[in-house]
Amino acid sequence: MTPTELFRRDFRLIADLVPSGARVLDLGCGDGELLALLRDRRDATVRGVELSPEGVAACIARGVPVTMADLDDGLGDYPDRSFDVVVLSQTLQVVRHPRFVLEEMLRVGGRALVSFPNFGFWRTRATLSLRGRMPVNPSIPYAWYDTPNIHHTTIKDFRDFCRDVCATVEHEIALKGAPGENGHRTRFLPNLLADTAVFVLRRG
Amino acid sequence: MTAAPTPRRPWEETASAGVSEVRTLALDGLFTLAGGRTLERVDVAYETYGELDATASNAVLVCHALSGDSHVAGLRPGEDPARAKPGWWDIMVGPGKAIDTDRFFVVCSNVLGGCSGTTGPASIDPATGAPYASGFPLVTIEDMVDVQAKLLDALGIDSLAAVVGGSMGGMQAIAWARRYPERVRAIVADATTPRLGAQAIAFNEVGRQAILTDPDFANGHYYDALAQPDVGLGIARMIGHITYLSDDSMRAKFGRRLVDRSDYRYEFVHEFEVESYLAHQGRSFVDRFDANTYLYMTKAMDYFDLAVDADSLAAALRETRARWLVLSFSSDWLFPTASSLELVRALQVVGAEVSYAEITSPYGHDAFLLEPERQHAYIAPFLAHAGSEDR
Repeated sequence: MTPTELFRRDFRLIADLVPSGARVLDLGCGDGELLALLRDRRDATVRGVELSPEGVAACIARGVPVTMADLDDGLGDYPDRSFDVVVLSQTLQVVRHPRFVLEEMLRVGGRALVSFPNFGFWRTRATLSLRGRMPVNPSIPYAWYDTPNIHHTTIKDFRDFCRDVCATVEHEIALKGAPGENGHRTRFLPNLLADTAVFVLRRG
Repeated sequence: MTAAPTPRRPWEETASAGVSEVRTLALDGLFTLAGGRTLERVDVAYETYGELDATASNAVLVCHALSGDSHVAGLRPGEDPARAKPGWWDIMVGPGKAIDTDRFFVVCSNVLGGCSGTTGPASIDPATGAPYASGFPLVTIEDMVDVQAKLLDALGIDSLAAVVGGSMGGMQAIAWARRYPERVRAIVADATTPRLGAQAIAFNEVGRQAILTDPDFANGHYYDALAQPDVGLGIARMIGHITYLSDDSMRAKFGRRLVDRSDYRYEFVHEFEVESYLAHQGRSFVDRFDANTYLYMTKAMDYFDLAVDADSLAAALRETRARWLVLSFSSDWLFPTASSLELVRALQVVGAEVSYAEITSPYGHDAFLLEPERQHAYIAPFLAHAGSEDR
């Protein structure tokens, strides 16, 4: 899977989790594809935050309102609970202050939807423990010296993290492999078998 | 094998908006200013580009900055395309450009208090038969916007597809959102601020003092005198020009280079290139600009605070229904990114549809006049969604 395909798999899953007519903020929204999808298919009111000039321009071209900002600076003056859902898709691992970012998400949104590559995935573990090499695979498609990822986590670690920031896990979806377009959900040994996880969180 | 077609670079095409002529409209009736004073007669100098569609729904108002005028793009009648400098935002306005005159009917008018055709301090006061001079009432950004609204009334334009402006023009664009929220569907606020900061007010004041203390200023009544306050106005322009550039752009453009020689002369003369550049800017400005207008424009900018009689910026913007595009420039220290973000955050609070980008540029505040490609990247797609279909 290319990174784009990985994102798309995420997007379809996230689209299923977003209620119709919701107010949605997507953090690190890239070219706005997910938000345009939510606007067109779920009748959502959408806003994006993106750091790259190319991403911001692409969002504007899609008619998706977007502000250029660094997530590590927080969500500015977005009032508390101004969104129903705040999405952080495949972006948690690139922010400098994940705890602050998640707290901000739970402040401005009723629900936080977080997806991330699971570092506990067996292939990742095997690459490191058996081959003695930094893992590069479809869900972590970067060489160690050229990666935006600075905060890798596993599903188990993320559960602890949610407890630490007082976030309640409403849903936990573990995805493995890509034979089907949507990957397979796995309930069995998720931290070992899933390459990607999607968590739905709320405050408290 | 055929060569790949050269990608079109609309921002590089010059003078393509064609020849544009200034027209003048006399507004009907008395004009009442925000300060309560009235003007018996207001003339508005304006230019238009492109065609107004059958439902009058494709109009874009472009608002000019401190030293601008209605001539936003193209050439004036009789100008030689090979030699003449096109309008002040020719990089952005024209066929296929970000503000596409093939799609939009672009209107640009000289602001109230200006010196390029619209009623201002140099105009004749009907009560005295002499120029208003310093008797002209102080104008606000809101007054400028009210005059623009009356011009649009006369042109049969009820609702604007967009209002676009940079710097003081951006202030007008922002003021439109509060003053006529139902008449504007999209707003581009470029290198601007919802309220001027102390540093910018301070520079404006130094510029004004240069004019006010020029012996030839004569309390503003210099129009019939032999000498004009050229020295003061020139100094004001020099100061202003420094604030429009950045340390980096000045280093790159001038460095410590000397004019025509390699050694110092040890005299109080223009030696450094930057000095002769500023002197040239000052000199050429006095030929085309009125000192009184400079005073009135800078004062209008100083007074501008969108939230002046509201509880907060957000409260002042509560009525906006427009889509917004806010742009700032990384090296602009006169209208810094922080002041654009103040606007963006207020718009977020009221749930407005706002997009924001900071453009990386070395050119300081002037970047909005000098960065066609990077502005095009945001403004063109933003305006592609503006037009009759979003009514």
